[in-house]
Amino acid sequence: MPLVVRLRSAVCLLGRFPALAGVDLDVAPGETVLLSGGNGAGKTTLLRLVAGLLPLHQGDGEVLGTDLSRDRRSHRRRIGFVGQDTGCYDDLTVRENLRFATKAAGASTEAADEALAALELERLADVHHGKLSTGQRRRLGLAIAFARHPDLFLLDEPHAGLDAPGRAYLDRVLARAAQEGRSVLIASHELELVRPFATREVVLTNGQAHGALPVAPEPAAALEPVETTP
Amino acid sequence: MSVFQEAALVAGKDLRIEARARVISQQILPFGLIVLLLFAFALDPDRGVLQRVAPGLFWITVLLASLLGVSRAFSVEAENGARDGLRLSGLDGSSIFLGKAVALAVELLVFEALLTVGVVVLFDVRLASLPALVLGTIAATVGLAAAGTLYGVLAAGIRARETLVPVLLLPIVAPVLLGATRAWEASIDGVPGDAWPWVALLGIFAVLFVGIGMLAFGPLLEES
Repeated sequence: MPLVVRLRSAVCLLGRFPALAGVDLDVAPGETVLLSGGNGAGKTTLLRLVAGLLPLHQGDGEVLGTDLSRDRRSHRRRIGFVGQDTGCYDDLTVRENLRFATKAAGASTEAADEALAALELERLADVHHGKLSTGQRRRLGLAIAFARHPDLFLLDEPHAGLDAPGRAYLDRVLARAAQEGRSVLIASHELELVRPFATREVVLTNGQAHGALPVAPEPAAALEPVETTP
Repeated sequence: MSVFQEAALVAGKDLRIEARARVISQQILPFGLIVLLLFAFALDPDRGVLQRVAPGLFWITVLLASLLGVSRAFSVEAENGARDGLRLSGLDGSSIFLGKAVALAVELLVFEALLTVGVVVLFDVRLASLPALVLGTIAATVGLAAAGTLYGVLAAGIRARETLVPVLLLPIVAPVLLGATRAWEASIDGVPGDAWPWVALLGIFAVLFVGIGMLAFGPLLEES
């Protein structure tokens, strides 16, 4: 079965600084891979590289069958990205933002409404994004990613700012993604919350990945972090 | 979705945001009327002078207002990582360009319609030949919107974009100022035959920049 993400010696520069300095990473279909590491280790950069938001400066990279060195756009419709910002518009309501993002991805309006209900955002549906709290914005970001029915979730600190029901929903999203054979790459400092869902943990240090290559045979099984010499 | 359906989605989003924010009605339109009044004060209380220069004043005001519109069109994409959201949306670059340009053109046309009333009232101008004037205005507006959207995304990722956009855009749209002013002069003077070559020039400019924008916007958005 083809890999969902395949990076070899991937280098990504932010200005002249190598935020990723030769990363190898494989993510198989149905896998949930936890990215851990300190601040500035390169977790967010890795997610943005996989999403095609940053260019691959050296090495090889393939995401959902798209060669990142030639094309950074074709696979985006199949990605659900939850970053530190929602990517939403303050003057649009929750429902309008959600519908815009799902329609743009070719998903149905019903998918947007389902996500709205699943994340218990219905009572906020007509509230402008600019008036949402941080946690509510995070929920909306998750709803957008969920409604697009992506093959690959890219989640950057998804627990940040979420209350208990929001975290419970995120747990359900992670469990459901594994059941449906979707892959998840999740960067987090809240390791104890993510490890129960992770098939593997990849530790990033100074732009280099450790424990990245072995693919676990059983998805959704919690594993201890693996740290190896690159 | 087709390119036009995607463009309609983007245009609808931008127009809805502008309708909510009321930047045109509460900021750009008052700005335009103030500029017209200042010109009237500065030039001459003699209406003859104002009538002669009214087309030029009108289009300079539209140019200045279009700078505000372009800046606004891309500042909304700078909030909350919306530009990344747009890139991740999966929409084609040419669709995003068309959508944003259409929204900007609609906003400018509304502004121009209201400003025309201001010119007629303040400067006592009579619009003799409407077809050439209307077509020239539409072509000029499409050209301005297309060029503005293209140069707006070029400067979108730069911190000094508010000052950079005028420096980049104004020299490029000089033919629009010239053509639209001449077309208006001919229409006001009641010699519409003189207006059509200028309307054609404006049409060529518009087609050229819509074409360039559809090709270049996507790569420029990626680099912004």
